[in-house]
Amino acid sequence: MQGKFSRFIIFISMISFSACQPITPGEQGQVARPSGYIENKGSDTMVNLALVWAERYRQDHPEVQISVTGGGSGTGLAALINGTVDIANASRRIKPEELEQAQQAGYEVREYVVASDAIAVVVHPENPVNQLTLEQIARIYKAEINNWAELGGEDRPIVRVSRETNSGTHVYFLESVIRLGNSKDKSIFSSDTLLLPSSEGIIAEVRDNRNAIGYDGLGYITPEVKVITVASEPDGEYIYPTVATVMNDEYPISRDLYMYTHEERQGALKDYIDWILGEEAQEIVRELGFVPITSLQSKTYGE
Amino acid sequence: MVSKSLATQRLDEFFIALLIRIAGYISILFVVLISFFLLREALPVLFQVEIGDLLGARWYPIEKLYGIQPLISGSLTVTIGASLLAIPLGVCTAVYISEIAPSWTKEVLKPLVEILAGIPSVVLGFLGILVLSPFLRETFNLPTGLTALTGSILLGWAAIPTIVSVSEDALNNVPVSYREASLGMGGTRWQTIWGVTVPAARSGIITAIMLGVGRVIGETMTVMMVTGNAPTMPAGIRSLVMPIRTMTATIAAEMGEVAKGSEHYRVLFFIGLILFLFSLIINVVAFQISARRITRSERLLS
Repeated sequence: MQGKFSRFIIFISMISFSACQPITPGEQGQVARPSGYIENKGSDTMVNLALVWAERYRQDHPEVQISVTGGGSGTGLAALINGTVDIANASRRIKPEELEQAQQAGYEVREYVVASDAIAVVVHPENPVNQLTLEQIARIYKAEINNWAELGGEDRPIVRVSRETNSGTHVYFLESVIRLGNSKDKSIFSSDTLLLPSSEGIIAEVRDNRNAIGYDGLGYITPEVKVITVASEPDGEYIYPTVATVMNDEYPISRDLYMYTHEERQGALKDYIDWILGEEAQEIVRELGFVPITSLQSKTYGE
Repeated sequence: MVSKSLATQRLDEFFIALLIRIAGYISILFVVLISFFLLREALPVLFQVEIGDLLGARWYPIEKLYGIQPLISGSLTVTIGASLLAIPLGVCTAVYISEIAPSWTKEVLKPLVEILAGIPSVVLGFLGILVLSPFLRETFNLPTGLTALTGSILLGWAAIPTIVSVSEDALNNVPVSYREASLGMGGTRWQTIWGVTVPAARSGIITAIMLGVGRVIGETMTVMMVTGNAPTMPAGIRSLVMPIRTMTATIAAEMGEVAKGSEHYRVLFFIGLILFLFSLIINVVAFQISARRITRSERLLS
């Protein structure tokens, strides 16, 4: 019995700990790699884009290995700070705290705007509501509006769907929609907001559930859900998110997508980033439903 | 053939015994090291975050709201729900397989239950999203199908194979003479099962239940996919059909984004510590119960 019990304890601990163990990036700092190997991690919004970029780039540069993984903008930036990746993809700007952490770890971080993205607000295709103002969306997510009838829809409860808190899309939506860009506003998502770990999860819930409202990057929206037109002011024009309406700044919920690297890029990494900012890669941006950058922007922090 | 000398034999014995002892100590060492690691990473949180904030009702780490109450109640809701489903079903299945089923049914059922144990939790999660959650939403007219109930059903399902196979082993280990004695004294089959076989196997069955509950409380992937992860506070029996957020899903979803040593990182470890305490309590209670049962039944039968 004693043996059985101790085995049992270990089994239980293993179950518990398998959930607790962080995937701690090595503390020993960046490992020296051959210049032809690029590790790219971060935003789930950008992961498809980054994959297609990597594939297309490798057609002309088969000697360069590029590994692309998702996990969320926060995850990618944490990996950059910990020195385990070469490029972090982020669908939000790096936070001052993260920048500080990077500097403490001895890295100077470089920022590149590589594309733009509209965030579409979506509902079930049979939901009669077609248009919302930014303020209405904010009030929905703050649980001040709880029934579709208040918005001219059916008498149904509203189910709020969002990405997890480690997602850049979540943070962007919080700052620009729920707080309407007001940095002093401390409102947050209602606690009953469903926090789903993936874009696919959001689309699946909104597609199946007539009560649901969700949001996600334009590149992830499928024809199975209905995109809402959005106005920034109550008496303003309701705009449908497209590449054109984002490029001419009509659609109110759009943001830049970023790549972050350590210090001055060199070798294969430099060539890859230059290629991404160039015409061929920006054409891919358009193909995938994102918005190409109009002018080249890059900035160095921490000097 | 000349047998090994006594000295060599002794030496063999010595090394084998040593090896077994080392293996035993290593397991204990691991548990101690893991506990130490967990404590070291988690306890500094008590100096970084006010206890009152830690016990708050709102979990939203972006704004440094670290209230773990909704996470604890979320884990408890799912665990209790899953146990209510898995324990009766699991134990009854084990009794059926071991005591009632004809041998050919037994031979089919046993491997099938073991296959059920092999279903990866992510696959269960998919089933939950695509089949169970829409079904529950439509059947009970719920606002959303991503609820504690969905998680409980799937986790109950995941725990059943563990409960069945361990209880079934325990029932099999009950000597045939017990059953024969009961039947010989005119007991019916049901009286034999309920009055003799199951009580005799009680310690094994309790171990089975606790292993099942342990699997449920530590399960991460499935709950993350199907419970909606909304850190809501419990509101009576209704919280069973509301979205909830468990401790495990929180750690899994957020550990990747935190910088090592930050407040958020320590709070996540603190949640890990609480999970650890939970399973420890389950184990200790189970051990107490099963140990006591053994002595009593032994006394009874001697």
